[in-house]
Amino acid sequence: MTKQAQHTKTKRYGMVIDLDRCTGCGACMVGCYAENNVPFRKDETDKMLSLNWLRVFKVDNGKPFPDTEVCYIPKPCMQCDGRHMEGHSPCVSVCPAVATDYDEPTGVVSQIYTRCFGCRYCMAACPYHARKFNWWDPVWPADMEKYLNPDVSVRMRGVVEKCSFCYHRYQKARDKAYVEGRDEIAENEYQPACAEACPTRAITFGDLHNPEHEVYELSRSKKAFRLLEKLNTNPKVYYLTSKSWVRRKADNYLEGESPADRKPAHKAETASH
Amino acid sequence: MTTPAIPEGVKRCSTRKFAIWLAVVGAVLLWGVYAMFLVWYKGLNQTGMNDAYGFALWIWADLAVIALGGGAFFSGFLTYIIGKKELKNIINYAVIIGFICYSSALLILALDIGQPLRGWFIFWHANVHSMLTEVAFCLSVYFGVLTIEFIPVVLENPKLDRVPFLHHLSHNLHEVMAVFAATGVFLSFFHQGSLGGVAGVLYGRPFSFREGLLIWPWTFFLFTWSAAAVGPCFTVMVTWLTEKVTGKKLVKQEVFQLLGKISGWMLLTYMIAKIADTWYWAVVTAPSKGFALMDFYTNNPVYGIWILIAELVVCGLVPAFILISRKGRENNTLLLTAMILAVIGICINRWVMVLQVMAAPLLPFQEWYMYMPTWQEVATTILPVAYGIILISLAHRYLPVFPQEKELNPGN
Amino acid sequence: MFPFIFEWAWDIAHLVFMGALWYALSIIGAGLTYCIIKSLYDTATQEGGDSAHH
Ligand code: SF4
Ligand code: SF4
Repeated sequence: MTKQAQHTKTKRYGMVIDLDRCTGCGACMVGCYAENNVPFRKDETDKMLSLNWLRVFKVDNGKPFPDTEVCYIPKPCMQCDGRHMEGHSPCVSVCPAVATDYDEPTGVVSQIYTRCFGCRYCMAACPYHARKFNWWDPVWPADMEKYLNPDVSVRMRGVVEKCSFCYHRYQKARDKAYVEGRDEIAENEYQPACAEACPTRAITFGDLHNPEHEVYELSRSKKAFRLLEKLNTNPKVYYLTSKSWVRRKADNYLEGESPADRKPAHKAETASH
Repeated sequence: MTTPAIPEGVKRCSTRKFAIWLAVVGAVLLWGVYAMFLVWYKGLNQTGMNDAYGFALWIWADLAVIALGGGAFFSGFLTYIIGKKELKNIINYAVIIGFICYSSALLILALDIGQPLRGWFIFWHANVHSMLTEVAFCLSVYFGVLTIEFIPVVLENPKLDRVPFLHHLSHNLHEVMAVFAATGVFLSFFHQGSLGGVAGVLYGRPFSFREGLLIWPWTFFLFTWSAAAVGPCFTVMVTWLTEKVTGKKLVKQEVFQLLGKISGWMLLTYMIAKIADTWYWAVVTAPSKGFALMDFYTNNPVYGIWILIAELVVCGLVPAFILISRKGRENNTLLLTAMILAVIGICINRWVMVLQVMAAPLLPFQEWYMYMPTWQEVATTILPVAYGIILISLAHRYLPVFPQEKELNPGN
Repeated sequence: MFPFIFEWAWDIAHLVFMGALWYALSIIGAGLTYCIIKSLYDTATQEGGDSAHH
């Protein structure tokens, strides 16, 4: 056991996003850009060239007016636990240079920018397109460099980056707890920027293993599901919806199959504990 | 006109004609080199790739040239280990073609990474669980082996052969060539396979994901097998092209036919395995992830079911049946058509296993992703072809590559 | 790649993978060394080169 594990029990940080509450305002994206020093260019028309760690998708039920319904799906990195819940996330197992790793104590999938050499195999492996490549060197508008977050390193051209669940905030909270002689950090001491920015409180964040954290119950709710569960990537980002058509948009179903046939999202996870 | 640098007893074109030829191909090469420097200097924004297409034309080119360069390891295996003496007449050329293919693959890989100066991290910080790590190691080491196999051919140049040490070195290398060839076969088995594994292990991508044996998905074995089957076809194809360009017969027809026969049986067995694999994937693997076969072949402008038929039937079973029949092999046109079809088939397979994997949408609210390479990508992909032509021209002019050339072209 | 790099672990995966790699490298290295030494020896003992094997 590593030293780290001695004073912090293994956690599984995760997120629950209530799609019934999300209005698609995009505050989470703005919060993320600012917090993580994510660069942008003058023309961001092509979203497949944009560095968005978190992107809000708009989906509809495909029906004509007046039956049209719209839903917004914010999509960060899913921090996949991997097929057997042991950290072999699709991306981690393929990286040839160990530039992305699964952090056992927290379950966060890290990205080491100075180690990544830009082969992009991880991007090919990630079914959620959560990984973004720096096609250009970052250029900040005048003076903006002064406002960059000193806790997050900026990235260079030619490497991959992605959502880290604001891991630097976890480190800060842990440092603070250590100085104050505490072993544990409280639920509200570690919250990612997107969860804080959301005006409707659609994003809840915490330790999925800890019954005292809000996400514990929420992720076990009947309304909970994850994206592309059939791929067995075991994401730690859950969604809530009361609409069955939204559920159908979250995974692929053969003719005659329906989301109702699937066991609740948390079953897969509890099975391994 | 014969200068001492040209092997004895064979005829070569005039220096002037040769220089013009080199200049023409060299111009194409320079165009590619210019694009290469643009990519290194300005970065990968010079390409048509994006976050959906992390892998694109270059990775396809890599997989394709390595599969086609497989002629070197498989002919080496047949010549030195199985002991097919007739193949001694083409093995030199197979090695040269392999050398060109592998050096090109390494060059393209060096272009394809976002931080080329960190390329060595793949060795230094190796993640032994990654298929790409396996590829990188085996590929580089095997390239070393190919270089060792190439050296004695170079040393047979009349001028070099006069240096006593080089003369002995060439002789001694020949003596232990079987050891190098065997190592080459071992390394090739793994890197050809792990190239297949690259796509096969992606369990987040139902289009390419395959079950398998231990840590190796079925694509691992399929890639090795297909490279061994089609590599020799490519060797024959290039030899035939060389004959057309030089206007001379360089290798006896029997050698082509022998390679054709071996390729034919390899191809047929490969096709059986490939069809079984495709069937299992279509009815078990993909449906378990919520995909029906036709989901992968509809709703997009390019990838229709035609591509599967082209790969498996037109460029798979058809050439296999031509090559295993004696009549097919003895008819020169049929033999070559079959080989060219097989080469196209393998290129389609590698294309599908890279580009179509990236194109197919995963979330139901996403569309197919389409991609168009930029001229820089195209130029850098043509670059190795030009480089290959130049190296082949030089090798043919100054080295005794084809042992049967003198016999087949008496009057020179 | 080497045991002194911090990703290294003495586990099955590393032993099999790196074992095979170093095995292949040593065969190639040994083969090359043999050829070079033998050629140096041949050159020294048979001044001017011989063509007996042709
Ligand atoms: S969502 Fe993608 S990047 Fe994030 S852990 Fe999963 S596979 Fe990796
Ligand atoms: S792009 Fe970087 S993080 Fe991704 S697989 Fe390659 S080296 Fe690893």
